Amino acid sequence: MPTDTSPELSPDPARRAATGDAAGASHGIRFEDVVKRFGRTTVLNDLNFHVEKGERVTLIGPSGSGKTTILRLLMTLERLTDGYIYIDGEPLTHTKRGNRRVELREREINRTRKRIGMVFQQFNLFPNMSVVENITEAPVHVLGKPKEEARAEAVALLEQVGLADKADMHPMQLSGGQQQRVAIARALAMNPEILLLDEVTSALDPELVGDVLEVLREVARTTNITMLIVTHEMQFARDVSNRVLMFDEGRIIEEAAPDVMFTNPQNERTQQFLQAVL
Amino acid sequence: MTDFTWSWPDAAEALPTLLEAFFTVTLLITVLGSLIAAVVGLVWAIALRELPRPLSAALGWVLDVVRMTPLPLQAFFVYYTFTSIDVLTIGIVVIGLHYSTYMAESYRAGIESIRPGQWEAATALSLPRTRTWRAVIMPQALRATVPSLGNWAIAMFKDTPFLLVIGVVEMVTAAREYGGANFTYVEAFTIAGLIFLAASYPTAVLMRRLENKLAY
Amino acid sequence: MDFVESLLDAWPQLWSGIQITLKLSLGGAALGMVVAAVLGLAAITRSAVLRVTARVFVEFFRGTSLVVQLFWLFYVMPQLGVRLDAITCGILALGLNYGAYGAEVVRGSLNAVPKGQWETTTALSMSWFTTVRRVIWPQAWALMLPGLNNLMVMLVKGTSVAYMITLFDLTYVTTDHLRRTEGTWFAFGLAFVLYYLIALGFSSLLRLLERRAQRRLGLRPSKAATARATAEAVA
Repeated sequence: MPTDTSPELSPDPARRAATGDAAGASHGIRFEDVVKRFGRTTVLNDLNFHVEKGERVTLIGPSGSGKTTILRLLMTLERLTDGYIYIDGEPLTHTKRGNRRVELREREINRTRKRIGMVFQQFNLFPNMSVVENITEAPVHVLGKPKEEARAEAVALLEQVGLADKADMHPMQLSGGQQQRVAIARALAMNPEILLLDEVTSALDPELVGDVLEVLREVARTTNITMLIVTHEMQFARDVSNRVLMFDEGRIIEEAAPDVMFTNPQNERTQQFLQAVL
Repeated sequence: MTDFTWSWPDAAEALPTLLEAFFTVTLLITVLGSLIAAVVGLVWAIALRELPRPLSAALGWVLDVVRMTPLPLQAFFVYYTFTSIDVLTIGIVVIGLHYSTYMAESYRAGIESIRPGQWEAATALSLPRTRTWRAVIMPQALRATVPSLGNWAIAMFKDTPFLLVIGVVEMVTAAREYGGANFTYVEAFTIAGLIFLAASYPTAVLMRRLENKLAY
Repeated sequence: MDFVESLLDAWPQLWSGIQITLKLSLGGAALGMVVAAVLGLAAITRSAVLRVTARVFVEFFRGTSLVVQLFWLFYVMPQLGVRLDAITCGILALGLNYGAYGAEVVRGSLNAVPKGQWETTTALSMSWFTTVRRVIWPQAWALMLPGLNNLMVMLVKGTSVAYMITLFDLTYVTTDHLRRTEGTWFAFGLAFVLYYLIALGFSSLLRLLERRAQRRLGLRPSKAATARATAEAVA
């Protein structure tokens, strides 16, 4: 697929702003006044930010800063304590009716959630199914694709990630890196508009990390999928991202293009963090 | 001054009567009772997870009471409430429901042993709840649960004599009647005990082996 | 008020029934614990003879069914010249049967104590007995209590075998007396509640012991520490 050169997706914030990102255009993802509490701990407090369609945003920050929570809220693995999330202008879990905040019904949530996919740190492949079955499960039972068509597409995806010969094996027979590549294929099989990557290489042996990152670079290169990435792999973040957001205690404390962020961070906390990590 | 001598002929004579009771009553109750317990137990386990809080708490409490009160008492209760049903049916249903509470615990443990990541991956793929149960959770949970269910079935097997209180003529009752009529309590009860042992011990060993084989 | 009246009328019989049930429960539990400890320890000794003997005992009493054992004691022992009264039969049968199950719990818990503990005591030249008494058993104790808890509840249920040898326990009093005088629902409803409370009582006691054992091992913060933390949290 041709890479996009439209101004809306430019890494340069100035150029993006110039396209009139005002009332008319809807963002790919928008967090509005989001609050998330776990018991008595507030992880996200009045968080507001947005991500454009097709943008690649990396979230960095110390653990507990809320970046994983953001991904989990998007994937509806956690529920908002307050606030709203919009996907392409449509509310994900909650909406305003009059001046009341109302939770959507499961069916409505499902409709929007289907556009989002996620790859987990622990891969989470289904051990009781073969590799191909893992990938075709959702397309067949959620999108209603016929089995043969789903299998053909699954095999094509496996070829893309370099695992076509493992199609009928079971996850337990694969290495960590191979399992993660299958997990990526499984997420892509649903044709998501948004892909969430939650520290997808953190659980891998160092030698296996490269292959997985290469697959993700390829995905970034050849598709328009919006990607929200939480990672410690700074080189990868630089290669792929349009924007990097630095989180601390549930707030965005700095936001910049990757080159700027990694070489000349402005915020002191960001400097501390990057020094420790890089 | 003991009056005791083991008589092999007496033992041999008692055997057919006891074996008949074993196959036609004890085994029948065990098999049907286990089926009831396994199916109903699964229903309880899913219900406890899927029902809204107050309902699942109430169900949990009811299951606790059934699990922690004696089988003969429950058998008597059903016996005196549903006077027109035959004792064998009552026995099967009561023992089945009694053990369904234990099997529910086994299922629950099996289901909870599944890493949350599996549930999360299913959510990330927007799999409907029922499909998640059928295709992801249950196949994995059953692997962990089957040996445990087998052990409860064996326990049920050894508990079938409790049903004698409502008149079910299972193997031990048969032994008592036979022993009383022929003055051969020793042989009758010993044979009964050995039949129990012969049936339950190898099965228990099998369950242990199965448990090791099925671990992921 | 009708209910209270019925309850008061029934109480004398009920109480004697409860007493029998409690006697069987406590007696069976005491004997069972001894049997479980002895067989469980025997199962981890270095002597193969002891281990095999313990294994045989355990599998025999687990495999031959409680009722058979009870009837053996009640009907067969007299023929060997040993006349046991009904309640002794009950306590023996319950103790031996549930003790055998308990032995498995004890054995499992003793085995679950990390091997490093054994190695350390070897390095300190402690004898097997001292090791078990001072190091292994105290740690295993915390691990075995949940399993023993489950068995205790089953034992309380098991006391209803008393009915079969005409002991007037709670089950007997309920089905043969209370049901006739006060009606099925009242009698059985009451009996279920009473058994449940008795089982719950023992279970709660054992859970308390478990918490205490865990505290001693440092697996749980001490009561004082918990109180301090709570006070700080709400301050």
